[in-house]
Amino acid sequence: MKPAPFAYKKACSLDEAVALLGEHKDARLLAGGQSLIATLNMRLSAPSMLIDINGIGGLDTIVEKNSAIEIGALVRHVQAERSDVIAKFVPLIARAMPYIGHAAIRNRGTLGGSIAFADPAAELPACLMALDGEIEATGPKGKRTIKAQDFFKGLFETALGPQELLTAIRIPAATKDTRVGFAELARRHGDYAIVGLAAAARSDGKNLKDVRLSFFGVGDTPSRARKAEDALASGDVEAAVAALDLEPHDDVIATAATKKHLAGVLLRRVAAQLMEARS
Amino acid sequence: MSGLALDITMTVNGEHVSERVEARKTLVDFLRDDLGLTGSHVGCEHGVCGACTVRVNSEIVRGCLMLAVQCEGAKVETIEGLSDSGEVADLQLAFEQRNALQCGFCTPGMITAAQELLAKGGVPSRDEIREYISGNYCRCTGYHAIVDAVESVAQARAGAAK
Repeated sequence: MKPAPFAYKKACSLDEAVALLGEHKDARLLAGGQSLIATLNMRLSAPSMLIDINGIGGLDTIVEKNSAIEIGALVRHVQAERSDVIAKFVPLIARAMPYIGHAAIRNRGTLGGSIAFADPAAELPACLMALDGEIEATGPKGKRTIKAQDFFKGLFETALGPQELLTAIRIPAATKDTRVGFAELARRHGDYAIVGLAAAARSDGKNLKDVRLSFFGVGDTPSRARKAEDALASGDVEAAVAALDLEPHDDVIATAATKKHLAGVLLRRVAAQLMEARS
Repeated sequence: MSGLALDITMTVNGEHVSERVEARKTLVDFLRDDLGLTGSHVGCEHGVCGACTVRVNSEIVRGCLMLAVQCEGAKVETIEGLSDSGEVADLQLAFEQRNALQCGFCTPGMITAAQELLAKGGVPSRDEIREYISGNYCRCTGYHAIVDAVESVAQARAGAAK
Protein backbone atom coordinates (compact mmCIF):
# COMPACT_ATOMS: atom_id res chain seq x y z
CA MET A 1 0.00 0.00 0.00
CA LYS A 2 0.95 3.65 -0.21
CA PRO A 3 0.98 6.20 2.61
CA ALA A 4 -1.92 8.62 3.06
CA PRO A 5 -0.94 12.18 2.13
CA PHE A 6 1.12 14.13 4.64
CA ALA A 7 3.18 17.30 4.69
CA TYR A 8 6.93 17.13 5.11
CA LYS A 9 9.14 19.58 6.88
CA LYS A 10 12.84 19.29 7.50
CA ALA A 11 13.80 20.71 10.90
CA CYS A 12 17.22 22.35 11.00
CA SER A 13 17.46 22.68 14.78
CA LEU A 14 16.05 21.12 17.95
CA ASP A 15 14.17 24.35 18.68
CA GLU A 16 12.53 24.20 15.28
CA ALA A 17 11.57 20.53 15.76
CA VAL A 18 10.06 21.27 19.19
CA ALA A 19 8.16 24.27 17.79
CA LEU A 20 6.81 22.20 14.86
CA LEU A 21 5.64 19.51 17.28
CA GLY A 22 3.76 22.24 19.14
CA GLU A 23 2.11 23.57 15.99
CA HIS A 24 1.15 20.23 14.49
CA LYS A 25 -0.42 18.04 17.14
CA ASP A 26 -0.50 14.83 15.15
CA ALA A 27 2.89 15.22 13.47
CA ARG A 28 5.41 12.40 13.70
CA LEU A 29 9.18 12.68 13.87
CA LEU A 30 11.11 11.05 11.06
CA ALA A 31 14.58 9.76 11.95
CA GLY A 32 15.73 6.57 10.21
CA GLY A 33 12.16 5.81 9.18
CA GLN A 34 12.70 2.06 9.17
CA SER A 35 9.66 1.43 11.36
CA LEU A 36 7.69 4.61 10.75
CA ILE A 37 7.60 4.47 6.95
CA ALA A 38 6.53 0.82 7.07
CA THR A 39 3.58 1.79 9.28
CA LEU A 40 2.75 4.68 6.93
CA ASN A 41 2.86 2.36 3.91
CA MET A 42 0.49 0.00 5.67
CA ARG A 43 -1.65 2.95 6.78
CA LEU A 44 -1.39 1.87 10.38
CA SER A 45 -0.48 5.49 10.95
CA ALA A 46 -1.59 8.59 9.05
CA PRO A 47 -0.03 11.74 10.53
CA SER A 48 -0.71 15.12 8.93
CA MET A 49 2.98 15.96 8.91
CA LEU A 50 6.39 14.34 9.12
CA ILE A 51 9.10 16.38 10.80
CA ASP A 52 12.40 15.15 9.42
CA ILE A 53 15.08 15.52 12.10
CA ASN A 54 17.94 14.08 10.01
CA GLY A 55 19.27 17.56 9.28
CA ILE A 56 19.72 18.52 12.95
CA GLY A 57 23.41 18.74 13.72
CA GLY A 58 25.16 17.25 16.73
CA LEU A 59 22.88 14.24 17.26
CA ASP A 60 25.07 11.68 15.52
CA THR A 61 27.99 11.28 17.89
CA ILE A 62 29.10 8.58 20.33
CA VAL A 63 31.11 10.07 23.19
CA GLU A 64 32.41 9.08 26.61
CA LYS A 65 31.26 11.50 29.30
CA ASN A 66 31.56 11.07 33.09
CA SER A 67 31.97 7.26 32.98
CA ALA A 68 28.99 6.99 30.68
CA ILE A 69 28.66 6.59 26.95
CA GLU A 70 26.36 9.09 25.32
CA ILE A 71 24.88 8.03 22.02
CA GLY A 72 23.18 10.71 19.96
CA ALA A 73 19.66 10.01 18.76
CA LEU A 74 20.65 10.01 15.09
CA VAL A 75 23.51 7.52 15.41
CA ARG A 76 22.70 4.85 12.84
CA HIS A 77 22.89 1.15 13.63
CA VAL A 78 25.76 0.68 11.19
CA GLN A 79 27.71 3.43 12.95
CA ALA A 80 27.25 1.75 16.34
CA GLU A 81 28.18 -1.58 14.79
CA ARG A 82 31.53 -0.17 13.65
CA SER A 83 32.21 1.93 16.75
CA ASP A 84 35.25 1.05 18.88
CA VAL A 85 33.74 2.97 21.81
CA ILE A 86 30.58 0.83 21.70
CA ALA A 87 32.62 -2.37 21.34
CA LYS A 88 34.72 -1.50 24.37
CA PHE A 89 32.29 0.25 26.69
CA VAL A 90 28.84 -0.99 25.65
CA PRO A 91 29.53 -4.61 24.70
CA LEU A 92 25.88 -5.58 25.11
CA ILE A 93 24.81 -3.26 22.30
CA ALA A 94 27.75 -4.43 20.18
CA ARG A 95 26.52 -7.99 20.67
CA ALA A 96 22.89 -7.12 19.90
CA MET A 97 23.62 -5.07 16.79
CA PRO A 98 23.92 -7.92 14.24
CA TYR A 99 20.43 -9.12 15.26
CA ILE A 100 18.81 -5.81 14.35
CA GLY A 101 17.17 -5.91 10.95
CA HIS A 102 19.32 -6.43 7.89
CA ALA A 103 22.28 -4.56 6.41
CA ALA A 104 20.08 -2.19 4.40
CA ILE A 105 17.94 -1.47 7.47
CA ARG A 106 20.98 -0.91 9.71
CA ASN A 107 22.35 1.60 7.21
CA ARG A 108 19.35 3.86 7.83
CA GLY A 109 17.81 2.99 11.19
CA THR A 110 18.81 5.01 14.24
CA LEU A 111 19.33 3.97 17.86
CA GLY A 112 17.21 6.88 19.07
CA GLY A 113 14.39 5.96 16.71
CA SER A 114 14.35 2.35 17.81
CA ILE A 115 14.13 3.32 21.47
CA ALA A 116 11.54 6.07 20.97
CA PHE A 117 9.41 3.73 18.83
CA ALA A 118 9.44 1.21 21.73
CA ASP A 119 8.52 -1.88 19.77
CA PRO A 120 8.07 -4.60 22.40
CA ALA A 121 9.97 -7.09 20.23
CA ALA A 122 12.91 -4.78 19.48
CA GLU A 123 16.41 -5.37 20.79
CA LEU A 124 17.56 -1.90 21.87
CA PRO A 125 14.84 -1.01 24.40
CA ALA A 126 15.63 -4.29 26.19
CA CYS A 127 19.37 -3.56 26.08
CA LEU A 128 18.81 -0.12 27.55
CA MET A 129 16.78 -1.67 30.40
CA ALA A 130 19.40 -4.31 31.07
CA LEU A 131 22.13 -1.68 31.17
CA ASP A 132 20.20 0.66 33.47
CA GLY A 133 20.55 3.38 30.84
CA GLU A 134 18.78 6.67 30.59
CA ILE A 135 17.13 8.77 27.94
CA GLU A 136 17.70 12.45 27.33
CA ALA A 137 14.52 14.14 26.12
CA THR A 138 14.34 17.66 24.76
CA GLY A 139 11.14 19.69 24.85
CA PRO A 140 9.86 23.25 25.20
CA LYS A 141 11.32 23.50 28.72
CA GLY A 142 14.73 22.20 27.71
CA LYS A 143 16.29 18.85 28.48
CA ARG A 144 15.35 16.23 31.05
CA THR A 145 16.59 12.77 31.84
CA ILE A 146 14.37 9.70 32.11
CA LYS A 147 15.59 6.35 33.46
CA ALA A 148 15.02 3.43 31.08
CA GLN A 149 12.84 1.67 33.66
CA ASP A 150 10.50 4.68 33.71
CA PHE A 151 10.58 5.27 29.95
CA PHE A 152 8.78 2.28 28.46
CA LYS A 153 5.16 2.74 29.52
CA GLY A 154 3.24 0.33 27.33
CA LEU A 155 2.83 -1.00 23.81
CA PHE A 156 4.67 1.54 21.60
CA GLU A 157 4.16 4.00 24.47
CA THR A 158 6.91 5.98 26.18
CA ALA A 159 7.30 8.70 28.78
CA LEU A 160 8.05 11.27 26.06
CA GLY A 161 5.64 14.20 26.14
CA PRO A 162 3.78 15.29 22.99
CA GLN A 163 6.28 18.05 22.32
CA GLU A 164 9.41 16.17 23.33
CA LEU A 165 11.96 14.31 21.30
CA LEU A 166 14.57 11.80 22.34
CA THR A 167 17.95 13.43 21.77
CA ALA A 168 20.40 10.97 23.31
CA ILE A 169 20.76 7.83 25.37
CA ARG A 170 23.33 7.41 28.13
CA ILE A 171 24.69 4.11 29.35
CA PRO A 172 27.14 3.50 32.20
CA ALA A 173 30.46 2.49 30.66
CA ALA A 174 31.35 -1.17 31.12
CA THR A 175 34.11 -1.90 33.62
CA LYS A 176 36.33 -4.92 34.15
CA ASP A 177 33.70 -6.76 36.16
CA THR A 178 30.87 -6.14 33.67
CA ARG A 179 29.40 -9.21 32.05
CA VAL A 180 26.81 -9.15 29.28
CA GLY A 181 24.78 -11.69 27.39
CA PHE A 182 22.42 -11.55 24.44
CA ALA A 183 20.35 -14.10 22.56
CA GLU A 184 17.18 -14.10 20.52
CA LEU A 185 15.05 -16.45 18.50
CA ALA A 186 13.47 -15.29 15.26
CA ARG A 187 12.03 -17.04 12.22
CA ARG A 188 14.66 -15.43 10.01
CA HIS A 189 17.90 -13.76 11.03
CA GLY A 190 17.21 -10.03 11.39
CA ASP A 191 13.48 -10.31 11.88
CA TYR A 192 11.79 -9.14 15.05
CA ALA A 193 12.32 -11.60 17.85
CA ILE A 194 9.81 -14.24 18.89
CA VAL A 195 11.58 -13.99 22.24
CA GLY A 196 14.86 -12.30 23.08
CA LEU A 197 16.98 -11.66 26.13
CA ALA A 198 19.47 -8.89 26.88
CA ALA A 199 21.35 -9.28 30.14
CA ALA A 200 24.00 -7.59 32.21
CA ALA A 201 25.68 -8.45 35.49
CA ARG A 202 28.83 -7.92 37.48
CA SER A 203 31.21 -10.71 38.29
CA ASP A 204 33.94 -11.05 40.89
CA GLY A 205 35.38 -13.98 38.97
CA LYS A 206 33.24 -16.54 40.83
CA ASN A 207 29.76 -15.19 41.39
CA LEU A 208 27.41 -12.90 39.55
CA LYS A 209 25.74 -9.96 41.19
CA ASP A 210 23.46 -7.16 40.06
CA VAL A 211 22.02 -9.50 37.46
CA ARG A 212 19.58 -7.75 35.13
CA LEU A 213 17.59 -9.92 32.74
CA SER A 214 15.59 -7.93 30.23
CA PHE A 215 13.34 -10.03 28.01
CA PHE A 216 11.70 -8.73 24.84
CA GLY A 217 8.88 -10.09 22.71
CA VAL A 218 7.14 -11.34 25.87
CA GLY A 219 4.97 -8.37 26.83
CA ASP A 220 4.04 -4.80 26.02
CA THR A 221 7.44 -3.48 27.12
CA PRO A 222 10.84 -5.01 27.84
CA SER A 223 10.31 -7.15 30.94
CA ARG A 224 12.70 -7.74 33.81
CA ALA A 225 12.54 -11.25 35.26
CA ARG A 226 13.47 -10.33 38.82
CA LYS A 227 12.98 -13.68 40.53
CA ALA A 228 15.13 -15.33 37.87
CA GLU A 229 17.75 -12.60 38.39
CA ASP A 230 17.98 -13.46 42.08
CA ALA A 231 18.25 -17.17 41.35
CA LEU A 232 20.97 -16.59 38.78
CA ALA A 233 22.91 -14.41 41.21
CA SER A 234 22.96 -17.35 43.59
CA GLY A 235 24.48 -19.44 40.81
CA ASP A 236 21.63 -21.78 40.00
CA VAL A 237 20.71 -21.61 36.30
CA GLU A 238 17.95 -24.23 36.46
CA ALA A 239 16.38 -22.52 39.46
CA ALA A 240 16.49 -19.28 37.47
CA VAL A 241 14.69 -20.95 34.56
CA ALA A 242 12.08 -22.36 36.95
CA ALA A 243 11.65 -18.95 38.53
CA LEU A 244 11.06 -17.08 35.26
CA ASP A 245 8.37 -14.59 36.19
CA LEU A 246 7.14 -13.67 32.73
CA GLU A 247 3.61 -13.48 31.41
CA PRO A 248 3.87 -13.52 27.63
CA HIS A 249 0.79 -13.28 25.41
CA ASP A 250 -0.02 -15.46 22.43
CA ASP A 251 0.80 -13.85 19.11
CA VAL A 252 0.63 -14.88 15.46
CA ILE A 253 3.93 -16.75 15.63
CA ALA A 254 3.97 -18.43 19.01
CA THR A 255 1.69 -19.24 21.92
CA ALA A 256 2.37 -17.94 25.41
CA ALA A 257 3.48 -21.41 26.49
CA THR A 258 5.96 -21.65 23.62
CA LYS A 259 7.35 -18.21 24.41
CA LYS A 260 7.76 -19.12 28.06
CA HIS A 261 9.62 -22.28 27.08
CA LEU A 262 11.84 -20.37 24.66
CA ALA A 263 12.58 -17.77 27.34
CA GLY A 264 14.04 -20.60 29.42
CA VAL A 265 16.12 -21.81 26.48
CA LEU A 266 17.50 -18.31 26.01
CA LEU A 267 18.15 -17.88 29.72
CA ARG A 268 20.40 -20.97 29.75
CA ARG A 269 22.35 -19.62 26.76
CA VAL A 270 22.69 -16.15 28.18
CA ALA A 271 23.65 -17.46 31.64
CA ALA A 272 26.56 -19.28 29.99
CA GLN A 273 27.63 -16.02 28.32
CA LEU A 274 27.43 -14.13 31.62
CA MET A 275 29.58 -16.72 33.35
CA GLU A 276 32.28 -16.71 30.70
CA ALA A 277 35.55 -15.21 31.80
CA ARG A 278 36.04 -11.78 30.31
CA SER A 279 38.37 -11.97 27.37
CA MET B 1 -1.70 22.42 3.57
CA SER B 2 1.70 23.38 2.26
CA GLY B 3 4.50 20.85 2.12
CA LEU B 4 2.40 18.07 0.56
CA ALA B 5 4.60 18.24 -2.54
CA LEU B 6 8.17 19.47 -2.75
CA ASP B 7 10.79 20.23 -5.37
CA ILE B 8 13.76 17.94 -5.06
CA THR B 9 17.11 17.64 -6.73
CA MET B 10 19.39 14.60 -6.67
CA THR B 11 21.64 12.59 -8.90
CA VAL B 12 20.35 9.25 -10.08
CA ASN B 13 22.91 6.97 -11.72
CA GLY B 14 25.11 10.00 -12.26
CA GLU B 15 22.40 12.08 -13.93
CA HIS B 16 21.06 15.27 -12.41
CA VAL B 17 17.34 15.01 -11.60
CA SER B 18 14.97 17.81 -10.56
CA GLU B 19 11.35 16.90 -9.96
CA ARG B 20 8.34 17.92 -7.94
CA VAL B 21 7.12 15.00 -5.84
CA GLU B 22 4.48 14.31 -3.29
CA ALA B 23 5.98 14.07 0.21
CA ARG B 24 4.34 10.67 0.65
CA LYS B 25 6.04 9.12 -2.37
CA THR B 26 8.62 6.49 -1.49
CA LEU B 27 11.98 6.50 -3.21
CA VAL B 28 11.28 3.29 -5.10
CA ASP B 29 7.96 4.58 -6.42
CA PHE B 30 9.67 7.80 -7.49
CA LEU B 31 12.37 5.87 -9.34
CA ARG B 32 9.86 3.62 -11.06
CA ASP B 33 6.93 5.94 -11.74
CA ASP B 34 8.60 9.31 -12.27
CA LEU B 35 11.94 8.27 -13.73
CA GLY B 36 10.94 5.02 -15.44
CA LEU B 37 13.69 3.05 -13.71
CA THR B 38 11.74 -0.14 -13.20
CA GLY B 39 14.69 -2.35 -12.29
CA SER B 40 14.05 -1.71 -8.61
CA HIS B 41 11.06 -3.80 -7.67
CA VAL B 42 8.21 -3.20 -5.26
CA GLY B 43 7.42 -6.27 -3.22
CA CYS B 44 6.19 -6.04 0.34
CA GLU B 45 6.36 -2.25 0.81
CA HIS B 46 7.28 -2.60 4.45
CA GLY B 47 10.95 -3.39 4.46
CA VAL B 48 10.83 -7.16 4.64
CA CYS B 49 11.51 -8.47 1.13
CA GLY B 50 14.46 -6.39 -0.11
CA ALA B 51 13.30 -6.28 -3.75
CA CYS B 52 13.51 -2.46 -3.69
CA THR B 53 17.15 -2.32 -2.51
CA VAL B 54 18.99 0.67 -4.01
CA ARG B 55 22.04 2.67 -3.01
CA VAL B 56 21.79 6.13 -1.47
CA ASN B 57 25.06 7.95 -0.82
CA SER B 58 26.92 4.68 -1.43
CA GLU B 59 24.98 2.60 1.11
CA ILE B 60 22.23 0.13 0.37
CA VAL B 61 18.80 1.09 1.65
CA ARG B 62 15.23 -0.07 1.33
CA GLY B 63 13.65 2.02 -1.44
CA CYS B 64 10.27 1.51 0.22
CA LEU B 65 11.41 2.79 3.62
CA MET B 66 12.80 6.07 2.41
CA LEU B 67 10.85 8.95 0.97
CA ALA B 68 11.90 10.56 -2.28
CA VAL B 69 11.92 13.96 -0.54
CA GLN B 70 14.53 12.64 1.89
CA CYS B 71 16.92 12.21 -1.02
CA GLU B 72 17.31 15.93 -1.61
CA GLY B 73 20.96 16.40 -2.59
CA ALA B 74 21.68 12.67 -2.43
CA LYS B 75 23.48 10.36 -4.82
CA VAL B 76 21.10 7.55 -5.76
CA GLU B 77 22.16 4.44 -7.66
CA THR B 78 19.87 1.73 -8.99
CA ILE B 79 20.47 -1.61 -10.67
CA GLU B 80 20.34 0.23 -14.03
CA GLY B 81 23.31 2.35 -13.01
CA LEU B 82 25.22 -0.57 -11.52
CA SER B 83 24.62 -2.53 -14.74
CA ASP B 84 25.61 0.26 -17.12
CA SER B 85 28.83 1.02 -15.27
CA GLY B 86 29.86 -2.64 -15.34
CA GLU B 87 30.30 -2.63 -11.58
CA VAL B 88 28.23 -5.78 -11.11
CA ALA B 89 28.84 -7.43 -14.50
CA ASP B 90 30.64 -10.39 -12.91
CA LEU B 91 27.82 -10.90 -10.40
CA GLN B 92 25.22 -10.78 -13.16
CA LEU B 93 27.13 -13.35 -15.20
CA ALA B 94 27.60 -15.62 -12.17
CA PHE B 95 23.87 -15.42 -11.33
CA GLU B 96 23.07 -16.48 -14.89
CA GLN B 97 25.66 -19.26 -15.07
CA ARG B 98 24.75 -20.75 -11.70
CA ASN B 99 20.98 -20.49 -12.09
CA ALA B 100 20.84 -18.07 -9.19
CA LEU B 101 17.60 -16.65 -10.53
CA GLN B 102 14.42 -18.08 -11.92
CA CYS B 103 11.70 -15.44 -12.04
CA GLY B 104 14.25 -12.66 -11.44
CA PHE B 105 12.05 -10.50 -9.25
CA CYS B 106 14.51 -10.47 -6.35
CA THR B 107 17.64 -10.32 -8.51
CA PRO B 108 18.24 -6.53 -8.70
CA GLY B 109 17.99 -6.25 -4.92
CA MET B 110 19.99 -9.40 -4.39
CA ILE B 111 22.83 -8.18 -6.62
CA THR B 112 22.83 -4.71 -5.07
CA ALA B 113 23.05 -6.22 -1.57
CA ALA B 114 25.71 -8.75 -2.58
CA GLN B 115 27.78 -6.02 -4.19
CA GLU B 116 27.87 -4.08 -0.91
CA LEU B 117 29.17 -7.17 0.89
CA LEU B 118 31.79 -7.91 -1.76
CA ALA B 119 32.90 -4.28 -1.90
CA LYS B 120 34.11 -4.66 1.68
CA GLY B 121 36.85 -6.89 0.24
CA GLY B 122 38.06 -10.39 1.06
CA VAL B 123 36.16 -13.62 0.56
CA PRO B 124 33.21 -13.82 2.96
CA SER B 125 32.21 -17.23 4.30
CA ARG B 126 29.01 -18.83 3.07
CA ASP B 127 27.44 -17.99 6.42
CA GLU B 128 28.44 -14.35 6.05
CA ILE B 129 26.96 -14.28 2.54
CA ARG B 130 23.72 -15.79 3.86
CA GLU B 131 23.62 -13.29 6.69
CA TYR B 132 24.16 -10.37 4.33
CA ILE B 133 21.42 -11.38 1.93
CA SER B 134 19.09 -12.39 4.80
CA GLY B 135 17.17 -9.19 4.12
CA ASN B 136 16.37 -10.23 0.57
CA TYR B 137 13.67 -12.77 -0.10
CA CYS B 138 13.92 -15.18 -3.02
CA ARG B 139 10.92 -17.45 -3.51
CA CYS B 140 12.36 -19.52 -6.38
CA THR B 141 15.90 -20.67 -5.85
CA GLY B 142 16.15 -21.75 -2.24
CA TYR B 143 19.18 -19.43 -1.98
CA HIS B 144 21.80 -22.12 -2.47
CA ALA B 145 22.62 -21.09 -6.03
CA ILE B 146 22.67 -17.42 -5.01
CA VAL B 147 25.23 -18.13 -2.31
CA ASP B 148 27.23 -20.14 -4.88
CA ALA B 149 27.18 -17.23 -7.32
CA VAL B 150 28.19 -14.62 -4.75
CA GLU B 151 30.92 -16.86 -3.36
CA SER B 152 32.38 -17.58 -6.81
CA VAL B 153 32.53 -13.86 -7.61
CA ALA B 154 34.18 -13.13 -4.26
CA GLN B 155 36.81 -15.77 -5.00
CA ALA B 156 37.34 -14.54 -8.56
CA ARG B 157 37.71 -10.93 -7.44
CA ALA B 158 40.12 -11.92 -4.65
CA GLY B 159 42.13 -13.95 -7.19
CA ALA B 160 42.22 -11.05 -9.64
CA ALA B 161 43.35 -8.68 -6.90
CA LYS B 162 46.43 -10.80 -6.14
